[in-house]
Amino acid sequence: MKWIVFACLIGIGVYVFVRLLGRLSLNVWTGAVASGLGFALVALAVFISFRVLNCPDLTVDGSFPLGAAIAASMIVSGMNPYIALPIAVLAGGFAGVVTALITTRLHIHSLLASILTTTALFTINLRIMGRSNIPLLNTNTIVRPFIGEFRTFIETFGGASLSKLATSLFMILYVGTLVLLIKLIFDWFMRTDLGLSMRAMGDNPQMIRSLGKSTNMMVIIGLAISNGLASLSGAIYAQFQGFADINMGTGIIIAGLAAVILGETIFRPKTIAAASTAVIIGMILYRLVIAAALSVALPLPGGLIVRVGPQDIKLATALLVVGVLAITHLRKRESIEK
Amino acid sequence: MLRLLGLSKTFYHGTTNAVSALRDIDLHLPAGQFTVLIGSNGAGKTTLFNVISGVFPPTSGRIYIDGVDVTGWPEYRRATLVGRVFQDPLLGTAASMTIAENLSLAMLRNHRFKLRPGVTSDRKQEYVGFLEPLGLGLEDRLDEPVSLLSGGQRQAMTLLMASLGGPKIMLLDEHTAALDPATVTRILEMTHRTVRENQLTTLMITHNMQQALDYGERTLMMDDGNIILDLNFDQKAEMSVMDLVDKFGEVRRKPLFEDDLLLNA
Repeated sequence: MKWIVFACLIGIGVYVFVRLLGRLSLNVWTGAVASGLGFALVALAVFISFRVLNCPDLTVDGSFPLGAAIAASMIVSGMNPYIALPIAVLAGGFAGVVTALITTRLHIHSLLASILTTTALFTINLRIMGRSNIPLLNTNTIVRPFIGEFRTFIETFGGASLSKLATSLFMILYVGTLVLLIKLIFDWFMRTDLGLSMRAMGDNPQMIRSLGKSTNMMVIIGLAISNGLASLSGAIYAQFQGFADINMGTGIIIAGLAAVILGETIFRPKTIAAASTAVIIGMILYRLVIAAALSVALPLPGGLIVRVGPQDIKLATALLVVGVLAITHLRKRESIEK
Repeated sequence: MLRLLGLSKTFYHGTTNAVSALRDIDLHLPAGQFTVLIGSNGAGKTTLFNVISGVFPPTSGRIYIDGVDVTGWPEYRRATLVGRVFQDPLLGTAASMTIAENLSLAMLRNHRFKLRPGVTSDRKQEYVGFLEPLGLGLEDRLDEPVSLLSGGQRQAMTLLMASLGGPKIMLLDEHTAALDPATVTRILEMTHRTVRENQLTTLMITHNMQQALDYGERTLMMDDGNIILDLNFDQKAEMSVMDLVDKFGEVRRKPLFEDDLLLNA
């Protein structure tokens, strides 16, 4: 039974990969990597709440568009886009604190607490934006001052054919550097006294209480950092895609979770630095898999061909997460049986 | 060092299901005293521990540690003064983290958080000094996760960690009950040494009457929420396990029939 499932999963994987190689243009590849990096901080945020703290939190669904809303509103009203970033982090952190307070003070399960916060954030995001969508074309974003020169640079070196890729490549360089920087700070933080205590809290909360530290405080600090990162991710992503939308956060928690599970399953990290790398790469892989899935055309009996479209992304994501979880489960059972 | 005044705990207080787990307990443990607490199941031993360590508040009465009234302190704050070891070896250490990281956490007991590396080479040197006397070879495995250790090794780690960071009081709740006989002796010897070296005021729960007579300077026996027997060092030196059982019957006017207690003797 187990082998049949394995064979099926591997078969599907190979099929998708072959299709991917054949069909995807370079443009789609770089686009997927770029958006993977754009969402990488969400993966890190989900890693903090689900893995480090062991306190499942869905607030990122609200804090990601919160960051986007703040950045877009500030930029449209003519403020410096770089000032928008720390403000987005603070606002997201505050959203995390609200969830943490609901769950620690009122003893409501963190999942429910975060759904409540996310619901409230929907209104708040609408209030911040004033409408459901803010376009950022021809505004002063963090992208704008460099992108023109970068495009010229790419065209002189790679020819006009690479011109289409300029935005994606620029995003990979720019956001990649930023993500790397934050990853290094994250790794350092997780090894400090406070970071160690947060990890121990997820592992064994009784021990943390026995050693004189407040578990509530750990949850508050942890969720603040987690949602601060998600909000920052939203603020950056909105500027690269050129608009903020009230619905851009819907389901992003599943993308983050998919990235965490994918990264952990493939790389099996042993240290915290390896784990943060795995999770970031997991997000890039997730975007690649989604891009690949979108290029798949399923031939049905009777000559019917079903093309996978954007409307299928959610189903594809759910299948991916379940598939990876199934592999993890089977692998675990196998190692126990040995 | 530890003073309990009129300590009572009633579960489901004010309902028809009310259960009195502690009845008006007065107890004073002088600094540095190693006291062993015995009693049958349901006597209130663990309730007493939980009230002292702040897991739940007492129904009435006050708790003083080192002259400070800590009755209203939450559990985590109480833990700055109280080191604890539980029966379950899994409860005292973080399995996914390394030995060095676990020790670093224990060192934080009376410190505020600082954003500095938790494990440094200086600190590791210090930990080697802590671990070598245990004779378990753990000093060579500082960077291994605790999940690779045996139950006995984890309990030894927990005991060490409970004594680090300057607690005033040590509470041991049947901390050898889940271990094999050879390891029990080793852990008890280590307990004796740790308590002596750190001058810790210690209260140890055990189900084993022989242990209660062999270790510590004072033996308390609890039954039905009361302390029914309080033996000092000289008194307990003269006693055998059977004497202890007889004494129980004498005080409570009922025989002590608990296979567990007798078999362990």
